Amino acid sequence: MKLANYDPGHFYDELFDAPGSPRSEVAPLIERINSLSIEEIQHRQQAAQIALFKMGVTFNVYSDSQGTEKIFPFDILPRTIAASEWQGLEKGLKQRILALNHFLADVYGDQKIVQDGVIPADVVYSSKGFLKACKDLKPPKGIWSHISGMDLVRDRDGQWYVLEDNLRCPSGVSYVLEGRRIMKSTLPLVFNRMQIQPVEEYPSHLLETLLNLAPDYIDDPTVVLLTPGIYNSAYFEHSYLAQQMGVELVEGRDLVVSDGYLQMRTTKGLKRVDVIYRRIDDEFVDPLVFRPDSLLGIPGLTEVYRSGRLGLANALGTGVADDKVIYAYVPEMIRYYLGEDAILSNVPTYLCWEPSQLDHVLANLDQLVVKAANESGGYGMLIGTQSTQAEREAFAAKIKAAPRNYIAQPTLSLSRVPALIGDEFEGCHVDLRPYILFGEDIYVTPGGLTRVALKKGSLVVNSSQGGGYKDTWVVS
Amino acid sequence: MLSRVADSIYWMNRYVERAENIARFVDVNLTLLLDSPIGVSQQWKPLVMTTGDLHLFEERYGEANAENVIRFLTFDRAYSNSIISCLNAARENARSVREIISSEMWQQINAFYHFVNDAANDQSLNFQTFFSEVKLASHLFAGIASATMTHSEGWHFGLMGRWLERADKTSRIVDVKYFILLPSVKDVGTTLDQLQWIALLRSTSAYEMYRKRGVHRITPKSVAEFLVLDREFPRSIRYCIRQTERSLHQITGTLEGTWNTGVERSLGKLRADLDYLTIDDVMESGLHEFLDNLQRRMNEVGLKLSETFFDTQPVTSTAPTPSR
Repeated sequence: MKLANYDPGHFYDELFDAPGSPRSEVAPLIERINSLSIEEIQHRQQAAQIALFKMGVTFNVYSDSQGTEKIFPFDILPRTIAASEWQGLEKGLKQRILALNHFLADVYGDQKIVQDGVIPADVVYSSKGFLKACKDLKPPKGIWSHISGMDLVRDRDGQWYVLEDNLRCPSGVSYVLEGRRIMKSTLPLVFNRMQIQPVEEYPSHLLETLLNLAPDYIDDPTVVLLTPGIYNSAYFEHSYLAQQMGVELVEGRDLVVSDGYLQMRTTKGLKRVDVIYRRIDDEFVDPLVFRPDSLLGIPGLTEVYRSGRLGLANALGTGVADDKVIYAYVPEMIRYYLGEDAILSNVPTYLCWEPSQLDHVLANLDQLVVKAANESGGYGMLIGTQSTQAEREAFAAKIKAAPRNYIAQPTLSLSRVPALIGDEFEGCHVDLRPYILFGEDIYVTPGGLTRVALKKGSLVVNSSQGGGYKDTWVVS
Repeated sequence: MLSRVADSIYWMNRYVERAENIARFVDVNLTLLLDSPIGVSQQWKPLVMTTGDLHLFEERYGEANAENVIRFLTFDRAYSNSIISCLNAARENARSVREIISSEMWQQINAFYHFVNDAANDQSLNFQTFFSEVKLASHLFAGIASATMTHSEGWHFGLMGRWLERADKTSRIVDVKYFILLPSVKDVGTTLDQLQWIALLRSTSAYEMYRKRGVHRITPKSVAEFLVLDREFPRSIRYCIRQTERSLHQITGTLEGTWNTGVERSLGKLRADLDYLTIDDVMESGLHEFLDNLQRRMNEVGLKLSETFFDTQPVTSTAPTPSR
């Protein structure tokens, strides 16, 4: 099947507005693809995958001792967003991260939003991500979540929704950067004909964001990226970002607290560290304060951080804003802190801990998507429309046992983009994760990571569940 | 530079060099077989002895025939010094320092590993082609490193790994030939003996270079002299030790011929001894005893190196007193 005859079906399609009719801004791309034979397209797709494998752009590196590694499947037909539409999204994302930051400062400070009854106190304090140890913490420049990623989706009518906020250690930006690099060699002619907003500045913006966290009195701050190590599924990304920024990639065992500072062990002795971009979850960062059994972190780090001798991105405790129950309150937060209406909508969300909503959820499990409040990666999830009676009963029991841990949302009909499956283009569901950097100002990557469900009819785009990704072009 | 990073770069290079050396001596033995007169029993056991892991081999495989030895040294994942295990370890080290080495280096080591991994599953593998590819891939890695990585501290740690490993392997190869490959007294000076000394030179890529040097005739003493004491041949032990010392002093900044750290001292002493030795001194004390002692001293250098630069023993963590 030629792309020219592609039928978007009864879905919102990101590239086509009707069968055989590409959206105006993507015409040059479709034209180019149509000029290639299906064999040529398959060949280029394969070449792109091989290049990614050779570069070691792999994930889930170690499922066994022989180092089985997979590339995150990459589809060479990009997803596009018109620049005019992107402007609105970017504004909405900045507004949202600003409000979430106010929220973090508030719940670990005066807790006004709770006292004013906008968010119930027990929701905040029962959140797994809420860390008592962070009470009264004053992170440098008052910023808590420096690096975040928000998952956006579009419904059947083309309306955008925020599906999730990721304020802990969102990953995937390395795929955006490497995917773009591969696309330039895969479809170079299209790059000449279309105005595609660049994403390559991300590492520079990231470095600036981190340098912004260094104590002011330090002239030449040392920034490091802290990784759990080569066995972590996102290790490629950690190492890639460190390399692109030219900073040291460190593991917990490289670091030690000495003389009141965080220091790293070098061949010439200890050297002070001023800023850490940590890709380790809160609870593993400091065994003295959090999990005593953790070997990944550094004993005493929290105290150095509290004393202001260290910048940490993200701040500790940001997980509370990641909680899917708290998510339901973000539009209220925006009104409360910024006095504005939310530009980006939430997906309507039922909170199981509220008895009336719980009843509705239990009565309609076959229609709803149920998610665990603190999981990620597509785990702990029930997709009602695709579940069996037995699965729904098992889930109902789990929800009743711990209602605070679950939310439910209507099943959205995610928008689609054609992707190459075998020798045909099939409409596949996608989401979008733009990355947001909050430093001196707020930077949003133009586009972001488009994850695509490469199984026909599947709605799950997570890499751990058989999804792939596409380059995302913001085109003017 | 982080101690862990220096350690990884050092081992990454050591493992690549080790894989190359294993390919070298297995390959030479294969070739030697083709030249051996009918009726001469195949000498595979000495190869395993070169690695110092004979005991482990016998436990796992029993008989030292061609198939067992080649499998053990080449594709046995359970044996930590097989070619595939070396490359796996080299790649793991490379992975942990990806942001420090050039992407070209990473790509080469990654491709190298995949090449060996694919070969392990290839039923119709031509071993001779395979071994020369391994040698080539190792040279390519060294060349890429030399041309794309800044020649600063990390680079010199890598060189030390390479040189020390090479010195160690050359010493083992000479040792094994002298004591094991040497057949009965009646074979000394015969064609068979000649072939084996040539094989030995070939396994260290030394044959042509040896012929070009002073005495062209092949005698055990002058072959040993060439491989142990030659000033210019890049696989001779003396040359390797000299280069190791040079890189060490580049890292520490200590003037050559002087020392500040334990590793500088033991390496300096070793280098000086080699500088002032003659092959007659060596033969007098016994080549095997000499090589044995040499290996011990090189191990000591490795240990001191690790103590001085890589030691990741915990520094006592002192929690800071809160300011304010």
